[in-house]
Amino acid sequence: MSLRVLLSRMQRWPVVLFLAWVCLLFFAGIGLFMSGFLLTRIELASSSSCSDPLVPPPWERQSLPPGSCWAPQRFSKAVLIIIDALHFEFARFDPAKVSPLPYENKLGVLYQLATSQPRHARLYRFRADPPTATMQRIKGLTTGSLPTFIDVGSNFASYAIQEDNLLAQLVQNGRRVVFMGDDTWEGLFPKKFFRSYFFPSFNVKDLHTVDDGILQHLYPTVDSGEWDVLIAHFLGVDHCGHKHGPDHPEMAKKLTQMNEMLRSLVDHLGNDTLLLVAGDHGMTETGDHGGDSEKEVNAALFVYSRTPLFGSGPPEEPETIPQVNLVPTVALLLGVPIPYSNIGEVMAELFSGDGDTVSAALQQLSVYHINAKQVDRFLQSYSLVAQDLPAEQLQHLQELFSSAVEEHTQLLAQVQGTMLVPPELESRLGGLIGRFQRYLREARAVCTQSWARFHPLRMVGGCILIASSCLLCYMASELAASSHSFYRSCLLYPLLWGLVGAALLGLAHVFTQEGLDLLLVSSWAAAASQLGFFWHWWGQHPKRTRLAGSQPPLASGGPRQRLRAWLGLAFPMGILFFRCGAMFSDSFVVAEARVTPFLLASLVMLLVGKLHWDGRLTVPEGPKQQLLGFSSYRREIWYLLCLVAMLLVCVRLSSFFHQCREEIPQCRPSVFLSPLASLRSTRAKNLFYLLCVALLAGLVYAVQSWLRHYGNLNSSDPLVLFVRWGFPLVVLCIACYWAVASSADDSLGKLQELVQVAVIVFPWAVYGLASVGLLLLLCNPMTVFAKDTRESAGSIVTPYLGVPSSEVDFLHVIPQIYKRMQESQKNRLERGSCRATVAAYGLGSVYSAALVIALTLLGFLLMLLHSERLSFAFLLLFMEAFVLLHIHTPVAGLLMPPFSVPWYAVISWILAASQFFYSTGHQPIFPAIHWNAAFVGFHLDHSTNFLPAVLVGANTFASHILFAVGCPLLLLWPFVCEMSSSQKKKPKKESREELQEVEEHMMEMRLRESPEKFSTALLRLGLKYLFVLGAQLLACVCAAMILRRHLMVWKVFAPKFLFESLGFVVSSICLLLGISLVMRVDCAVSTWFSQLRLR
Amino acid sequence: MREAEIRRLLAANLLCAVSIILAALVPAFFLDGFSVLGTHLTWLCVCSVCVATLNIILHLVLKPSQSPKRSSFAHKISRFLKCCIYFFMSCILFHAIIVLYGAPLIESVTETFLFAVLLSTFTTLQCLCLLGPNVQAWIRVFSKNGAMSIWESSLQITTVCSILGAWFGAFPIPLDWDRPWQVWPISCSLGATFGYMAGLIIAPLWIHWNRKQLTYKSR
Repeated sequence: MSLRVLLSRMQRWPVVLFLAWVCLLFFAGIGLFMSGFLLTRIELASSSSCSDPLVPPPWERQSLPPGSCWAPQRFSKAVLIIIDALHFEFARFDPAKVSPLPYENKLGVLYQLATSQPRHARLYRFRADPPTATMQRIKGLTTGSLPTFIDVGSNFASYAIQEDNLLAQLVQNGRRVVFMGDDTWEGLFPKKFFRSYFFPSFNVKDLHTVDDGILQHLYPTVDSGEWDVLIAHFLGVDHCGHKHGPDHPEMAKKLTQMNEMLRSLVDHLGNDTLLLVAGDHGMTETGDHGGDSEKEVNAALFVYSRTPLFGSGPPEEPETIPQVNLVPTVALLLGVPIPYSNIGEVMAELFSGDGDTVSAALQQLSVYHINAKQVDRFLQSYSLVAQDLPAEQLQHLQELFSSAVEEHTQLLAQVQGTMLVPPELESRLGGLIGRFQRYLREARAVCTQSWARFHPLRMVGGCILIASSCLLCYMASELAASSHSFYRSCLLYPLLWGLVGAALLGLAHVFTQEGLDLLLVSSWAAAASQLGFFWHWWGQHPKRTRLAGSQPPLASGGPRQRLRAWLGLAFPMGILFFRCGAMFSDSFVVAEARVTPFLLASLVMLLVGKLHWDGRLTVPEGPKQQLLGFSSYRREIWYLLCLVAMLLVCVRLSSFFHQCREEIPQCRPSVFLSPLASLRSTRAKNLFYLLCVALLAGLVYAVQSWLRHYGNLNSSDPLVLFVRWGFPLVVLCIACYWAVASSADDSLGKLQELVQVAVIVFPWAVYGLASVGLLLLLCNPMTVFAKDTRESAGSIVTPYLGVPSSEVDFLHVIPQIYKRMQESQKNRLERGSCRATVAAYGLGSVYSAALVIALTLLGFLLMLLHSERLSFAFLLLFMEAFVLLHIHTPVAGLLMPPFSVPWYAVISWILAASQFFYSTGHQPIFPAIHWNAAFVGFHLDHSTNFLPAVLVGANTFASHILFAVGCPLLLLWPFVCEMSSSQKKKPKKESREELQEVEEHMMEMRLRESPEKFSTALLRLGLKYLFVLGAQLLACVCAAMILRRHLMVWKVFAPKFLFESLGFVVSSICLLLGISLVMRVDCAVSTWFSQLRLR
Repeated sequence: MREAEIRRLLAANLLCAVSIILAALVPAFFLDGFSVLGTHLTWLCVCSVCVATLNIILHLVLKPSQSPKRSSFAHKISRFLKCCIYFFMSCILFHAIIVLYGAPLIESVTETFLFAVLLSTFTTLQCLCLLGPNVQAWIRVFSKNGAMSIWESSLQITTVCSILGAWFGAFPIPLDWDRPWQVWPISCSLGATFGYMAGLIIAPLWIHWNRKQLTYKSR
């Protein structure tokens, strides 16, 4: 006995370790690739200062008033009002419009100011640079530079801006900056503000806290006069967009509030104050932002001052200016240096002043000159640090710049000497301004183009690492055998190689005194351990070919058989190939939500077709049938066809839950995605609510009756009790939470406070119950009810009396003490009394029962995080998984020997996982992330970023999690369903003849009987799963690498890559957890048996 | 005997292929503004009808199935009615499968159904002509070593090719090329047609190539 326990324990850890090692290899590859693909622009540490030798020519210098740097100060004070997500359409006012939409014609004050005082006020289209997330926009609006893609990820962990920026310049030059509003600024500019009023920004459902807070402080602060620059960042409009969308009465209220705010603010302003009202980005029709669609980048900017600003009236159609242009403009207007890394261009019309055209043009020229010199200085120092700006383009820019400066000097000399008369002067001034403009715009374009910067070497390295990990997975899954030598040569030695590699690299770093790049070290270690694996594999290779017997199908047999094995592989692999190939086309990535179900349906149909073609579905022809030329079908064919039809229906129905991408304009997002609270009709709301709750109850009922059917619901263990009573309780809590969350906000009146509490309490109750359930599952995963009718330990009905001395003896004990029953309690008692034996109910499905319980709990948690009506999608998910398993069961019986999961099953499982990623309302783009999930159970701001990240991640990768945890079911299910198809004959050894009846219903205890095979099968399954996932990941990585200059790379391929790699990480971790859970059950079963023996 | 049979098969298949080409070209002379892409529904009808009639005529002329049974008139009528019902059912079945594969459920029902009719013409009708309304025989033919004559081998090949063609025809639909033939169901029906034609041409060649290996069990 002890030998056996020891043996089976030996097999568990290597399996998990092997899989974990393979996962780490993949992670190293992903990390390496990501570090090469998603690089941030290098931030220069230099900053501008007043004394820079960038000063304008001396004759203008003399006229600089005190307190001015670089250019004469035009305003001593400025108010910058940022209204988050102020789309241009919100700010535009069209008096001719008869019936404006909720967001139209609400900001009337801007229109009135612009029409009554055309030289004082003007409205612009304000083009935001993607990514249009608030933090990136604040960075752009203060540094005058372009934040790159990677910053999107750090949106909620905004670090302080290290680069030179407008606020730093203002503070450096002694201006008092007062801030109120969005607390993102606090993280970006710590300790920069003279005074500040921060309000939490993270809760997007909260429309009023930030705005009311600002309004409370705005006017007293303005009137007190203790400030030079005042920044107020309103969030209400953005949050209203996220919560209700722009086309909603709430948006009209919010914009009217903003209008009133601006109207009274204008009255509080002094003559020396510049007012800027800006939107940091726009919003889509659904109120989201983050991408680069026209609606998202089209924000509004409004400029106003009590003194005349503009030389002429406004143009017909508002001018479009890039967002970065605000930085140099504000800096020079306030008389501070332009931030060092700015690449924006000054808005020259604000510098024209009151004078005649010539002096206005001269002033404009001087600011352009300063601006161009600053940009030139930046480009020069940047090109010294980094090589990503193309040299020939820099050369071209340099030429443009020097010729313009030369002409500028000439012109100034001529002006000073008054050699030019106005008309000629004007035209020459105009020409020169044009040249400066051209220089600045081209410089900006060059920067924009190349700040998607790559490290080709790292990218190729990451690609190779992932590809070789895939290869390793494939080879290991083919040759995995559960011998100790296998683990020694294929796990221990490679790990040692890896450690040695890492240590050598570390030593080298110690000697060369260079900084240790953890990522590089880990990827070198991964490469070394892979080399180790291949080396040892190669060393074993000749030995293996000599051994006959348990060889993988590809390595043994004649060429004919090998060819047949390859052909058998070809069709699931062909589908996988199509899936991977689809990653290389942006259209197919965009349409992936439809491609995946198509491929899944094709895979299953092809499977059935192939089985039929091979004649595996027909009964071997009897002589009579042969005469007639008929071949009759097994009865299972109808069952199989029904399952396939059900699968197809599930797949088709799941497409009703799709989210839309902006690339497909005619697409309408599914109505099921919006929360119940957004439904206007009460009847529909109640109906859907009842349906959702009924569905949850149905799920619990189904799971319970499944467990009851297999006898796993009989014992009185805490876990079983939890399944009986805890599951309905969880459902009750979820139902209460949905009821509270979907009730109208203002209809409850006094109950409001209670509702606020309930919204927090119920999710926490679910979290608590689910974690209790999972803990119980971990502590005691046995759902077996043992009925011991033996009088004493000696009376087991066994031919081997006494303590078994060898493993073989012990093997024969298990079938005897195991008995599976389905009859009612009475029958069991009657039967049990006539023979002294141990009846263990539910032992045959003990592994699957644990997995099913875990999956149900996870399903509840994930449903809680989604909007109510997506629980239909989850129901479909569970049904589809169930149907897939049932299709797999008879097919596996026909095709493969037990203990091996065929490729098609793994591939269809993963296809279903990615299909339900889309069918739970997700898309691999950032605006489609369900941020609301972070507030299930949390009312206010999160103190850390970890928890919301986990919640949002769990929401996004819900289907990945469920399918990965449930992956071991693919191995277990054929054993569980053995009962119904037990006619299958199995060769039996003579010694077990008397046990035949019992053996018929061995189910999962067959796995238990041969622990080596069991652990090998799990290892193979895990490796196959990782291989298929890895192949998809590899395709994504290659697509992102090859197409990195593609038009769609930042819109399609890079987000797809990020989602796919995150999905890989989540899936692989969940796969490990699922397999570990099976191992844990195995442990428990071992101890259970040993306890039974001891009794 | 074998060679002559293969030659007959080749002739019949070529005739079918030509009829499909003619179905795409000839109606333009009679119908105003007819084109395969522009008036796709008309083409679908014309093509289905052409292929169906030609197949039935060929079947009557060549009698490849050489049914030895004495058949009364009533038997023939019931057989014919059965065939009609089978054909209609196969159209419905194809329609359902196409919708389950992701075709729109409510919009463009006519298009989807006519596409299903076309597919049935390329597959079910052939089976009906050759094997009659005998599902057992169909099951036999579509399994390994199930074909008992070159006609049945040809049937296997053309059917599989048409369905594969339709399947591959779905591939270009998501692409953003904005071509007129990417509209549902044009690419799929074109794919099925090309697949069928390819099958028609491949079948005699393949049988000719493998005539040594092909040994048909006699009934």
